[in-house]
Amino acid sequence: MTRVLLIEDDPAVRKGVHLALRRRGHEVEAAASGETGLLALDRFRPELVLLDLMLPGMSGLEVCRRIRETQQIPIIILSARGDDIDMVVGLEAGADDYVVKPASGEVLQARMRAVLRRVVGEGGGDGAREAGSGAPSASAASSSRSSPSSSSVTYGALTIDRAGLLVTKDGRDVVLAPSELKLLLFLSDSPGQVFSRQQLLEQVWEHSFYGDVRLVDACVMRLRAKIEDDSRAPTYVQTVRGFGYRFGPL
Amino acid sequence: MQSLGPDLPFPPRREDLQNLVVQLDRAGGSRNWRTYAQYEDGPVVPGPWGGGVGSSAGGAGGTGGAAKGGAAVTDGLRKAVREQHAPIFQRVDRDGQPWLAIGMPVDFTDTDAGGGGNGTGRTGPDATPSATPQRGKPSGLIVYAEFALADEKADISALVTAAQAGALPALALAVVPALFAARRVLRPVRRLRAAAERITSGELDTRLPVTGRDELADLTVTFNEMARALEKDDAELRRMEANARRFAADVSHELRTPLAAMSAVTEVLDEDAARLDPDTADAVRLISDETTKLARMVEDLIEVSRFDAGAADLHLDEIDVAVALRKTLQLRGWQDQVETDLPEGLRARFDPRRIDVVVANLVGNALRHGGTPVRLTAYETSGRLRIDVADQGPGIDPQALPHVFDRFYKADAARARSSGSGLGLAIAMENVRLHGGTLRAANGPDGGAVFTVEVPVDPLGGAGVGAGPEPGGEGPDVTAPVSGAGDTGTGDTGAGDTGAGDTGAGDTGTEDAKNEEGRP
Repeated sequence: MTRVLLIEDDPAVRKGVHLALRRRGHEVEAAASGETGLLALDRFRPELVLLDLMLPGMSGLEVCRRIRETQQIPIIILSARGDDIDMVVGLEAGADDYVVKPASGEVLQARMRAVLRRVVGEGGGDGAREAGSGAPSASAASSSRSSPSSSSVTYGALTIDRAGLLVTKDGRDVVLAPSELKLLLFLSDSPGQVFSRQQLLEQVWEHSFYGDVRLVDACVMRLRAKIEDDSRAPTYVQTVRGFGYRFGPL
Repeated sequence: MQSLGPDLPFPPRREDLQNLVVQLDRAGGSRNWRTYAQYEDGPVVPGPWGGGVGSSAGGAGGTGGAAKGGAAVTDGLRKAVREQHAPIFQRVDRDGQPWLAIGMPVDFTDTDAGGGGNGTGRTGPDATPSATPQRGKPSGLIVYAEFALADEKADISALVTAAQAGALPALALAVVPALFAARRVLRPVRRLRAAAERITSGELDTRLPVTGRDELADLTVTFNEMARALEKDDAELRRMEANARRFAADVSHELRTPLAAMSAVTEVLDEDAARLDPDTADAVRLISDETTKLARMVEDLIEVSRFDAGAADLHLDEIDVAVALRKTLQLRGWQDQVETDLPEGLRARFDPRRIDVVVANLVGNALRHGGTPVRLTAYETSGRLRIDVADQGPGIDPQALPHVFDRFYKADAARARSSGSGLGLAIAMENVRLHGGTLRAANGPDGGAVFTVEVPVDPLGGAGVGAGPEPGGEGPDVTAPVSGAGDTGTGDTGAGDTGAGDTGAGDTGTEDAKNEEGRP
């Protein structure tokens, strides 16, 4: 059961999604505008936000930015606009996933589960990832659960605490959105190995169909802005032309 | 000759002929003729100077001598005169000098001349040709005259020289202003042509400055009016088209919101249908199904309007073709219904999402309208990636073949509604076009429809692809993929094993995917 805050101005969609999620055992609070949604954020303390972009008054993008300023709660944008540019703008505002309407309850449920899992940073998917990657750090990461002190791995100026899910750069905390954190964890798990965007989409976002590789690009862009010295000349998350991305080598 | 002829005794002796020649020469002396006379087959009798003129022996001796020494009067000419019995003239080059030789047979005017001794030669060397038709009885006497054309040649040369000297400067003087005049006319015409070309290439705001008040200026005015009208029509058309596009996009977007509410709860309806009474359950399932269908159609409509608006982006990536196509089948649960023949390690650069849509639409179409088994084949020829989707159904009506990619086209009018949106093939076509490729529909040799996708491979350092296997010269051939689809009936790569591999979450899936990507 998940506490979901649904910010959606259309009453029918609000009611429909509310009904669908409640039937799947989630606790849903619905807000008809961005302002009431932000208020409910403090009161309701949701684990996840489902956010419509076209809202009266404060736009969904603005709501997304406001939430990101203070919280690392997962945000899924639920929008009727599916053009590339809308998606990129929404993702750049800090959302972790982007679902185009109309979406069935099943799809919503799957996306929510994927987003939520990466915050917790454990579970079957994560374990499989580490076992599959076969990187040396995998053992360190899996053993880290028992001894948090040894879980920190340092790459250059970047220190990643896999157990505490903390990332620091030059000793300062870097605040990462859930998707950014999971992307960084996944990539740094096997430094130097190249992953295609499709693979990252499947591993990090758990989408098992083509589409939304822009999700990966947008997230990489956001991550770079936070951890790179110069995001145009990245050293941590590097682009491999024609293939995808890799972490390092530094 | 007319005057001298009657005085000639008949038949003439050599002296008589010589006498005649002398007299003729004297008559035409001022013109510098040289005259000869011949009777029957007798010798050609030159004038008394005859021997002196000939280059070799005196021409008086006989016919052979006359031919040599006698200058322009050749054997050929004599023969021709005798045989044709008509005045003949011939131009002869002798020692580089042109000569004119004339042969003239002399006739009796009196038809009874046989008895009378006084034959009358009517004609002379300069007689009019009209004498010939009133043919009299040949007297056997032939008179020749030769005439040096050297003076005339000199005159003509002088004329040519004079013409050259005089006319060329005059011509040059005339050409210069003519060119200027032509340029004045041609420049505006050239400008018109350039402007017409600009309009053809789409620069409808092209206008020309109007100068002067001649016909060209009128033409320019007309041209400008035409351009203005074209531009106006074009702007109007564009506006209408943009409106139509925006309308389609708006409608699609507006439909999304209510559909979002309906889609969210269709599972709720489906789940509860089992517990409702049969009629209500049917109604609920119907609503649920139709909602799903509607949602898909709206998605397709939005996709189409995106193509129409030119807003469809291509996100190229280098992809393993076999992995991508298997995934497409697997995601839709089609592994068991589709036979595949996919080469391992073939990589191509394309937008995986769009190729997924293309293949899904083609295979979905084949599964719905064709007959199983559906066969999916991919291979590379001439640097292009070909993907064939063939089914074993009845094939496509040849009349419908050109229209299968039309929007909402239904091959069978009776099947007005199908589970497809009617946009799938149109969308597939647009997606292939976006890749710079082609999509064709045809009927296979042994029945069934064959759809062939062809897109450039465009390898980017992919070791798997390599620029090597390019036989070259193999042009796009419609029949090739069809027969190829029929022939490649060997390798069923078994969707089962790959199906388990790429489910995404599992270890094996991860491993496989990584290897696939990490290989090069």
